[in-house]
Amino acid sequence: MDVQVKECLIAITGSAHARASTAQRLAYSYDATANFQALPDLVLSPASIEEIQEIVKVCTEYGVPIVSRGSGTNLAAGTTPTSGGVVILFNRMNRILELDEENLTLTVQPGVITQAINERVAEKGLFYPPDPSSMSISTIGGNVSENSGGLRGLKYGVTRDYVKALKIVLPSGELLTTGGKLAKDVAGYDLTSLFVGSEGTLGIIVEITLGLIPAPETKKTLVVYYDTLEKAAQTVSSIIAAKIVPATLEFMDQGTIEAVEEFMKIGLPTNCEAMLLIEQDGDPMIVERDMELVHKLCMEHGATSMQLAQTAEEAAQLSIARRVALSALARKRPTTILEDATVPRSEIAKMVKAVQEIAVKYDLLICTFGHAGDGNLHPTILTDVRDDAEMARVEMAFAEIFDHAIKLGGTITGEHGVGEMKAPYLEWKIGKAGIDTMKSIKQAIDPLNIMNPGKIFAKSAKKRVVVQHE
Amino acid sequence: MSRAQAELIRHSFVTHVDENRLMDCMRCGFCLPACPTYIHSDYDETQSPRGRIALMKAVRDGNVEWDGSIEEAFDLCLGCRACEPACPAGVQYGTLIEETREAVLSVKSPSWKEKAIRKGAFDHLFADQRKMKTAVKLVTFYQKSGLQKVVRKVGFMELFPPFMKEMERSLPDPPRKRREQAAPAEKKTKVAFFAGCLMDTMFKETNRNTIDLLERLGCEVVIPKNQQCCGALQGHSGEMDRARRNAKANLEAFDFNDIDYIVNNAGGCGAFLSEYDRLFGNEPELLALANRFVEKQIDISSLLVKLGIVDELMKQPATEATGIVTYQDSCHLRNVNGVKDEPREMLKAAKGSLFVEMPGAHLCCGSAGVYNLLQPEMASRILGSKMEEVKRVQATTIITTNPGCLLQMKVGVEREGLSGTARAMHVVDFIHEKIMGSNGGK
Repeated sequence: MDVQVKECLIAITGSAHARASTAQRLAYSYDATANFQALPDLVLSPASIEEIQEIVKVCTEYGVPIVSRGSGTNLAAGTTPTSGGVVILFNRMNRILELDEENLTLTVQPGVITQAINERVAEKGLFYPPDPSSMSISTIGGNVSENSGGLRGLKYGVTRDYVKALKIVLPSGELLTTGGKLAKDVAGYDLTSLFVGSEGTLGIIVEITLGLIPAPETKKTLVVYYDTLEKAAQTVSSIIAAKIVPATLEFMDQGTIEAVEEFMKIGLPTNCEAMLLIEQDGDPMIVERDMELVHKLCMEHGATSMQLAQTAEEAAQLSIARRVALSALARKRPTTILEDATVPRSEIAKMVKAVQEIAVKYDLLICTFGHAGDGNLHPTILTDVRDDAEMARVEMAFAEIFDHAIKLGGTITGEHGVGEMKAPYLEWKIGKAGIDTMKSIKQAIDPLNIMNPGKIFAKSAKKRVVVQHE
Repeated sequence: MSRAQAELIRHSFVTHVDENRLMDCMRCGFCLPACPTYIHSDYDETQSPRGRIALMKAVRDGNVEWDGSIEEAFDLCLGCRACEPACPAGVQYGTLIEETREAVLSVKSPSWKEKAIRKGAFDHLFADQRKMKTAVKLVTFYQKSGLQKVVRKVGFMELFPPFMKEMERSLPDPPRKRREQAAPAEKKTKVAFFAGCLMDTMFKETNRNTIDLLERLGCEVVIPKNQQCCGALQGHSGEMDRARRNAKANLEAFDFNDIDYIVNNAGGCGAFLSEYDRLFGNEPELLALANRFVEKQIDISSLLVKLGIVDELMKQPATEATGIVTYQDSCHLRNVNGVKDEPREMLKAAKGSLFVEMPGAHLCCGSAGVYNLLQPEMASRILGSKMEEVKRVQATTIITTNPGCLLQMKVGVEREGLSGTARAMHVVDFIHEKIMGSNGGK
């Protein structure tokens, strides 16, 4: 980056809020995705929308890439500054601006930690359901940009379902305001939805208004163990077929249970093949009825044991156990690469089985956990980036997992985003027409391609090798 | 920094910093909310465990060239290890930062300031128990003789950095003559006491109270003669050879066959003692010895609770609660040894005071060995926010389980002008006061 441009950018935030040392640039060169890393030229912490507008104007004038970054927990290399440029942080834009109890909305700056939102609205008996596993670290700006899911997605949906309005700084420097505190709004294209999940490639989200719902009165948590994966998967399908929609219906396989137990030490049985974590919340009568029925279905499908959480602490421990699954798996091998393949929930048993077969075929250690209830699995390959031969097999295994998911009517990513990691596979899912449409949107809004370049759209697409499965 | 020197450092990282340990970190960020320097640097990733591990790896792999900014990131780490229990992947951060410091130290000489402090602390005081005693005798003389008042008036301490000055005001009162021992009750448990150099000199009264309490609960207490400083301060700074020397002396000083426990009353020492096995990975004989040594380790709070101190406290005559007592965790006791409930159980059971949990009690107070001397600005920021919490819970007594924390909390009390209303105490002195009357160290 040109020295004068750099000075010009630093002048906007003041040097106290600009980071450019070797250590600081390195510390913002990565996110939670293995094998992607690149140094930015500059890291800025603006304090206001106006400062962001000025930064964007300078970057547009000189063609400097901009990467918006929350807490860097992205799992698809969406926040790695692989084209260099400026990383924008929101550590100084982290205030909750307004809780509107009449309209049930919360207006926040992008740097607020997701967990803080949950706690704040809970004080008023309200509920913001999206709860990605990283919610104690991740920012709401990051969640909105990635359209994050979570453990409660099955019943309550994902981040998009709660974003009512946005303020966005466009690549031109203009401020765009979309949506409002409205229950209904069909004024033109749904721009709010366009920007949710756009991974920072269209503009910088600078203010967010979220919809809230009344907090459920009660919650029950059940943990169920199985001696085969199939039985667990069949239970999941049977619960949905019985017209029960649990708040949470999570799955962990044996390898994952082992890793989590090693960290948590809460007595999870490491000899079972699969575990389901099932939660229902709401009216006490309905919760009671649903959980009784769930209990019965689990028995019918061959659960080896079951345990109902007796206290709120016990329930919270079980939920944490599931949230730390990915990081705990990192204990097993030097490198942890996870996928986010999602299938229609009726196909979950087939997908779990396919992942097992792929692991055997490529001689890889794959542990699977995920949101079984909404068909969103996280097959995680435990490997070692230093082993080129093994990494080549990892690549092939992932291609085959994507291919299989798409054949079952699924997608390459359910909640982590495309980022740079999955960009080569996007066309497999949406086809040429999909890529062309998305590219023309990108071109119209960000003609200079300065907003998070290299993400979503690949320089070259991967050729899809259709694999035959019996 | 010359290119050649940067290259030397890279090689030193390759030699000292274990690659597999670095690769345990998958960069999920779960450590971030646990890290005091991340929080107090306005969420600067450079000052986080994930950032520091990424820096270690980048230096080792030759992806960045060593410079002052990288050095600062490592220097600013408190070494509190709060990131370890927060880490689902089980990254051994404490070992990594020690390896890093050793890697740097073996190539680069420390700054004059660090040298001066280290020299004073490591070469003289901590290396040799007798020297420590002499130093404390001087302090004792200085305090007792009335010279203290004169010196304060004259402003002798102006010569030292401000933090040293505050520490000087916080030095404990000198120990009194050893009291006559009450006849010990029936012996049940045999305990070897690790006296700790700082505890045995500056806080000698606390050591006496420790022995009093153990004897009251029916222990036979032995104090092996040839024991040395545990080596923690040296180890944390990367001076592993010195740390190993002290550890070896301690392995030889204790007779494990004859005792049930080796007890300590300093969280920092206890953590290091309980990890002696990690110092001797390449020496099977010493490792075997270290493993047995480690098995016997216990901290004073856990042992007192095990021996029934809670019942003993409950039996005391009821008195009206006159003040609020709160607890500041010793980082290493909590994060390395996982002890957090036992001190609190005792404080809750004690009559005559009300225990209130302080928000953020699990976060480092900024003392961190000699950190408060080397990094006064960050230490000061951390202590400032700690004292806000002390005020918020309106504590009249702040309890700690480690001498460094105790000094730091005393500094905090002094700095905030709370010395009229609040006191900082070691948990042992507090419990001693509750059970045996008011003769604990202040």
